[in-house]
Amino acid sequence: MSPIVQIRDLKVEARTDSGRRVAIIKGVSLDVAEGEVMAFIGESGSGKTTVAMTLLGYARPGCWIAGGEVRVDGVDMAALPEKERARIRGTKVAYVPQSAAAAFNPAIPIMEQVIEVTRIHRLMPPEEARRKAVELFRALSLPDPDHIGDRYPHQVSGGQLQRLAAAMALIGDPKVVVFDEPTTALDVTTQVEVLRAFKTVTRKHRIACVYVSHDLAVVAQIADRITVLKGGEIQECGTTTDILERPQHPYTRQLLDAFRPAPHARAVLTDDAPLLHVNGLSVGYGPPGANGKPLVLAVESVSLTVRQGTNVGIIGESGSGKSTLARAIAGILPACGGDILFDGRELWDSARKRSRDQLRQLQIVFQHADTALNPAKSIEQILGRPLTFYHGLRGKARDARIDSLLDMVHLPRALRHRRPGELSGGQKQRVNVARALAAEPKLILCDEITSALDTVVAAAVVDLLKELQRELGLSYVFISHDLSVIEAICDEIIVMHRGRMVEAITPSARQQPKHPYTRLLFSSVPKLDPTWLDGLDPQSERMQAASGG
Amino acid sequence: MKARVPSLILHRLLIAALTLLIVSFAVYFATSMLPGDTATILLGQSATPEAIAGLRKAMNLDEPAILRFLKWIGGLFRGELGTSYANNMPVAALIGDRLLNTLKLAGLTTIIAVPLALTLGITSAMRRGTLYDRIVTVATVGVISVPEFVIATSAVLLFAVYLRWLPALSLTGDAHGLMGMLRVYAMPVITLTFGVSAQMIRMSRAAVIETLNTPYVEMALLKGASQSRLVLRHALPNALGPIVNAVALSLSYLLGGVIIVETIFNYPGVAKLMVDAVSTRDLPLIQSCAMIFCVGYLLLVTAADVIAILSNPRLR
Repeated sequence: MSPIVQIRDLKVEARTDSGRRVAIIKGVSLDVAEGEVMAFIGESGSGKTTVAMTLLGYARPGCWIAGGEVRVDGVDMAALPEKERARIRGTKVAYVPQSAAAAFNPAIPIMEQVIEVTRIHRLMPPEEARRKAVELFRALSLPDPDHIGDRYPHQVSGGQLQRLAAAMALIGDPKVVVFDEPTTALDVTTQVEVLRAFKTVTRKHRIACVYVSHDLAVVAQIADRITVLKGGEIQECGTTTDILERPQHPYTRQLLDAFRPAPHARAVLTDDAPLLHVNGLSVGYGPPGANGKPLVLAVESVSLTVRQGTNVGIIGESGSGKSTLARAIAGILPACGGDILFDGRELWDSARKRSRDQLRQLQIVFQHADTALNPAKSIEQILGRPLTFYHGLRGKARDARIDSLLDMVHLPRALRHRRPGELSGGQKQRVNVARALAAEPKLILCDEITSALDTVVAAAVVDLLKELQRELGLSYVFISHDLSVIEAICDEIIVMHRGRMVEAITPSARQQPKHPYTRLLFSSVPKLDPTWLDGLDPQSERMQAASGG
Repeated sequence: MKARVPSLILHRLLIAALTLLIVSFAVYFATSMLPGDTATILLGQSATPEAIAGLRKAMNLDEPAILRFLKWIGGLFRGELGTSYANNMPVAALIGDRLLNTLKLAGLTTIIAVPLALTLGITSAMRRGTLYDRIVTVATVGVISVPEFVIATSAVLLFAVYLRWLPALSLTGDAHGLMGMLRVYAMPVITLTFGVSAQMIRMSRAAVIETLNTPYVEMALLKGASQSRLVLRHALPNALGPIVNAVALSLSYLLGGVIIVETIFNYPGVAKLMVDAVSTRDLPLIQSCAMIFCVGYLLLVTAADVIAILSNPRLR
């Protein structure tokens, strides 16, 4: 039997803003058999999503299929006219988007959008389609399957929307489903449940899947075979176990190495007075209520201590208050209770009232270098500003210092005349770190600084931070939702859940967390072992076992 | 969730009422500051000081301005718009027929311009980058850049002077039967349609293009939806807010901004009445006309806001 997907020598071109034509996919060939799950893995810009989308005969605006064949169930999607392609979309090939939150139309109830495929292609009467959708909701273990479709997209959670998007893809009984990073935007605890739901349903219906991801551990759970892409070309293609255990290509090895970070050598604890001591800090949003507290408390009486030369990690899912905590420590968002001691002296709750020296010693690095760096300024100007502001450096002295800062973060000195828009994501994040270093701080608050980066790039940034720590004796408060990153750099991990500190734990003791939520969180982090997901108990049982034990 | 819409709408209505109050204040005092004393103007330059003082007393012009303002506002609420200085007729009677005429002209223009503009805007958004889109864009930009009086006088030159199809003046008295109506309204309506459509075409095109670039429209495309389904079902409901606002802003122009058109075609509408009132310094008439324009403007903009609120399920 011939494979259901046959891609032969696929070429995709794009037109740049300056009108130049560039090849973004340079001759890709691969097969996917019926019922098989094929994963595309690679960093951003590797072309994995572009290849996956050609299965639907689609290229994003500005791109087009320039050559080759994309046969789905015998039909060449690349050669079909647009009308014929539309007939196949949703019925033979379906698509599950990266961000379901953005892919659902905000103005239409969910059910209407889920069954829209059956309306467009006149597959079945609406009543029947609704019954089928409810069955799918049930199979994808969505809560309240009978009524969840009546809601609007903004009324359900991100994890639920992602499963609803899968239902939307499956309603037309497709033979192939393209999953485009469907769990990247989700918290780990949610991701596990969504992955499990996808796997159960697609396996039951023997649907061939193309699963696009940059997360090797997630892919290991779901894929039969893995294709590694880089620069629009296939680097390596093999079964999941082959790729994980016998990687051939250097890039694949790099990916795997990034996943197994060297464990952090615990800093020697000194009995020095703590560098930062946060005591019972509460932070909230909204106007103060009757009790003098803000309307919504995002952080509730959290205490932590950072000693000179050590790092504290804060982990938790989105909405747990970890970024709010960092902003309060930095004085961007004044706290409404508790106090902050820095270097033995109490800090004002608002950055405006702190002395220039206090500001200098406590720096913050934000998650998105894209928005944190002024796009209109050159790197030189971005780094020069804190040098002048804090140290009064000008002219040649400042130039020399900018060079040494660029050296420190391993960026070529020639980059100083560029603007942030001309740099890659990893380079921008390095500039972001260099700007904090320019102040010569004692403590840097790192707010999710690796979460927008690819695995390999993120690992390099973490290595850089470690190196800087050794050389400059810095301390970090490292905020992330990614346990492996936190483990790689932190001496102590603080687990946050719904604005409260649930547990403080050392990485070496992380096999024996005490709090049930910590256990749930830690056990939800995917492992490279392909049998990990199948061996994992459902969330409810893990919660129960955790609280029982 | 449910209770938010009524409170939001109520909020809009309150703001509209407050705006109207501020505007009436501004209108009253701005017109009062017009150079020249009303009594002097009415009686002419040769009037004796005693006569002027007598008239001022009779017209209550010697009272403090704030008191006169309150009296005027109170009158407005009771529907008394005052008496015209120029011919001693009640302002309400003067405005009545004229307002009807203006509304007729505005209504006819709306019926033609709104569907035309939205169709052109939406279709050019659907075919963006094509020759059709470019022609529409160039034409609308061209029309925006040509002043209304040029369009109006060109129309008169072409249709009335050279072709002699239509009368140069639009006297509503001639509007008998369908052909009569056509002859009277054709040129002003064409001129106004040119003026108001361009803005609506640009805005609706931009709004639809913006929503066409969203991930949910891409998702619908990947579900196999046709072009028209993408636009009508997925893009348009989400572009409704900006489009309705653009339409309301354009239409509000039909109430107050038609001075040039009404003057050129000698059409007996409110705008022309106001221009005449300014030349005779007929303050009560000017004030009432200004208030009518403001009320019309606020009604349209508030209606657009309410529609935008109702069309957003996040607020429902």
